[in-house]
Amino acid sequence: MIAEIGHYALIMAVFVVLIQATLPLWGAKQGNAGLMALAKPAAQLQFILVLAAFLALTYLFVTSDFSVAVVAQNSHSAKPMLYKVSGVWGNHEGSMLLWILILAIFGAGVATFGRNLPASLRARVLAVQAMIALGFLAFIVATSNPFERIVPPPLDGNGLNPLLQDPGLAFHPPFLYLGYVGFSMAFSFAVAALIEGRVDAAWARWVRPWTLAAWCNLTLGIALGSWWAYYELGWGGWWFWDPVENASFMPWLAGTALLHSAIVVEKRDALKSWTILLAIITFSLSLIGTFLVRSGVLTSVHAFATDPTRGVFILALLVVAIGGSLTLYALRGPALKATGTFAPISREGGLVLNNFLLSIVTATVFIGTLYPLFIDAIGAPKLSVGAPYFNATFWPFMVPLLAAVPLGPILAWKRGDLLGVLQRLWFAGAVALAVLLVVWYVKFGGPVLAVFGMALATWLVVGALVELAERLKLFRIPLADSLQRARNLPRAAYGMTLAHGGLGIVVAGIVGSSAWQVETIQIMHPGDTVEVAGYQLTLEGVSEVQGPNYTSQQGTFLVSRAGSEVVRLHPEKRNYPVQRMPTTESGIHTTSFADLYTALGDRQTDGGWSVRIYYNPLVPWLWAGAIFMVIGGVVSLTDRRYRVGAPTRRRAVKALPTGSAPAGT
Amino acid sequence: MKPKKRRLVIILAGLSLFGLATGLVLAAFDEGVTYFYSPTDLALREVPQGRMLRIGGLVEEESLVRGEGLTVTFRVTDLAESVPVQYSGILPDLFREGQGVVAVGKLEQDGVFVASEVLAKHDENYMPPEAAEALERAGQWTEGDSQ
Repeated sequence: MIAEIGHYALIMAVFVVLIQATLPLWGAKQGNAGLMALAKPAAQLQFILVLAAFLALTYLFVTSDFSVAVVAQNSHSAKPMLYKVSGVWGNHEGSMLLWILILAIFGAGVATFGRNLPASLRARVLAVQAMIALGFLAFIVATSNPFERIVPPPLDGNGLNPLLQDPGLAFHPPFLYLGYVGFSMAFSFAVAALIEGRVDAAWARWVRPWTLAAWCNLTLGIALGSWWAYYELGWGGWWFWDPVENASFMPWLAGTALLHSAIVVEKRDALKSWTILLAIITFSLSLIGTFLVRSGVLTSVHAFATDPTRGVFILALLVVAIGGSLTLYALRGPALKATGTFAPISREGGLVLNNFLLSIVTATVFIGTLYPLFIDAIGAPKLSVGAPYFNATFWPFMVPLLAAVPLGPILAWKRGDLLGVLQRLWFAGAVALAVLLVVWYVKFGGPVLAVFGMALATWLVVGALVELAERLKLFRIPLADSLQRARNLPRAAYGMTLAHGGLGIVVAGIVGSSAWQVETIQIMHPGDTVEVAGYQLTLEGVSEVQGPNYTSQQGTFLVSRAGSEVVRLHPEKRNYPVQRMPTTESGIHTTSFADLYTALGDRQTDGGWSVRIYYNPLVPWLWAGAIFMVIGGVVSLTDRRYRVGAPTRRRAVKALPTGSAPAGT
Repeated sequence: MKPKKRRLVIILAGLSLFGLATGLVLAAFDEGVTYFYSPTDLALREVPQGRMLRIGGLVEEESLVRGEGLTVTFRVTDLAESVPVQYSGILPDLFREGQGVVAVGKLEQDGVFVASEVLAKHDENYMPPEAAEALERAGQWTEGDSQ
């Protein structure tokens, strides 16, 4: 019964979305206020219906209703409750439903809180949003109905892929989707602006918070995925330039560029056309990411059992959405006139450089990720593009970008003084140089690039702090006045300091973990001791442990340093009988500067075990830096400029009936 | 600077960055690309020595020797030809005889493939596309068999 209600709600949602995608758009063109006003209740109703469907599916999973095919294939009665719930999106059908739910949440958010949007713009934004929803709802209803029954129902389910039964991964998809789908708001605003034929500072102020919220979620989603790969796969690495990782990284890079270019639109009324294009590209990359990951063209844990009609459907959706919006851009983009001008050396110039470099990096990642698929499609010999390609094309552009990050915010708008900025950053430069010399001295003979990498990271962190100190005029005016300035400083300024500083911490993590990782793989018998990076690890034994839905071979390592005990680590090899599938659980000891990482391998015929032990310097900084970046974004979001007063256009704008606007997407 | 000249500077800077990127991409492709070979390819075709390549197929039944030191050996087969593989390290969790596998490494003079990375599937019902293709090309497998 619940399943039928859920299915019914989905079909109802298709009709609501159909209305939302057409009538308000027509109303905006005709200047008909009644038709435009339809968009708001439609978006809210769409949200309620999709939520009902999602809750229905969640209920079916929680109650283990195995008469529903998706539940039977992906759940099991013995599974812990957390994974019953996360199982809702741990499969193709449910994950698509989650995608649409998030889309509906964002749409309803604009409908409900966008009171001060001009009626025509709001109607158009919601209509474009509805077109995206229509594509995905039709996709679900036509090819991936999550509420399909199976007759006769099995006694118990197949269980969730054990690799996905992990707290890090339980929340990885929702955050990733919040990011992907969040960029749909920027996309909808961009397409609506193209139809409307105008982009101004107020437009940018509406777009920025949505983009920023999406970016925060995507950052968190990527970090969670990377963290999971790090401790679950047992390889000791956290980023493999795997196509699946790249699929989420490309929208992140483009979204980061969008975040910065929207500032220029808001503050300086320039880069309009480019920002619109970037919004379209960012969401297109999110769609491509969804397609790559879900269609099964890539080998990965994300590729659920595939069905060719689905791939074709998503591909068609991609062509219509991307092709349509780019065509609209080609037709209407040139009409967007920018009024702001600026010298190459200026804050705008810095942001343009940011956009140049991020776009180029996005493009090189895109080429490397898609090239093998292209080659496969034309039937040439199969190949794959690996980490050496990505490292060789990514860093030459990222390093200049990172080096320029502290300069940008100190440069003045319109026309800046590079020499003056460098003088103000002398302190950051001096600290970076000191770090360079210290690291060089300590790690003498180590990779030279890594030494410079650490200096770069320092430059980023201290540069961000110096920028904040400059704003507060710290040490140049009495401390009480600086504190007064600190109180008045917009939160967005603190957000930027946190985000840029966090980036520096991430860079340190990347450099440390890739340059100074210590790896040993060896056979150990119970009682054996091995020394890694100053730690003595003794394998005390391996014992059988029973989990809720698995059995496990659990090793115990006694870790000591300089004769005193530090910790006991318990790496495991689990076996999930329902799926007949083993997984590896690493045992990790985290300190502020490094991870000591252990993983269990094969049992040897003579009773020993092959073990992997890594000493991973600065890996914890990766996660800490990512969290700083997300907090920075959240702090910026709470800036009152985004909430009060800002989103009102200076002039009252009537709903301008614009010419024959193609209803693109 | 006049706005026109300014725009020219920005466009030129953009183009030169773009050119640099293109050059880097082409150069990086040279070393970053690994080609895929099936066991039949290895038996019949000329294979570049000392170059990283990927092979794929099934782990031959009863060919796996593990648990006797760090080096494990097994054979990868497309059911027409097979190739011996040697790997030092810990095999992925889902590595099993009779299942699909992809290995990355180099072919040595003696015909042994020394793998630096071994990838198995992530899921019970999933066949690595490259392994599937190797079997398909050897005429041993058709779409739909994997489920």
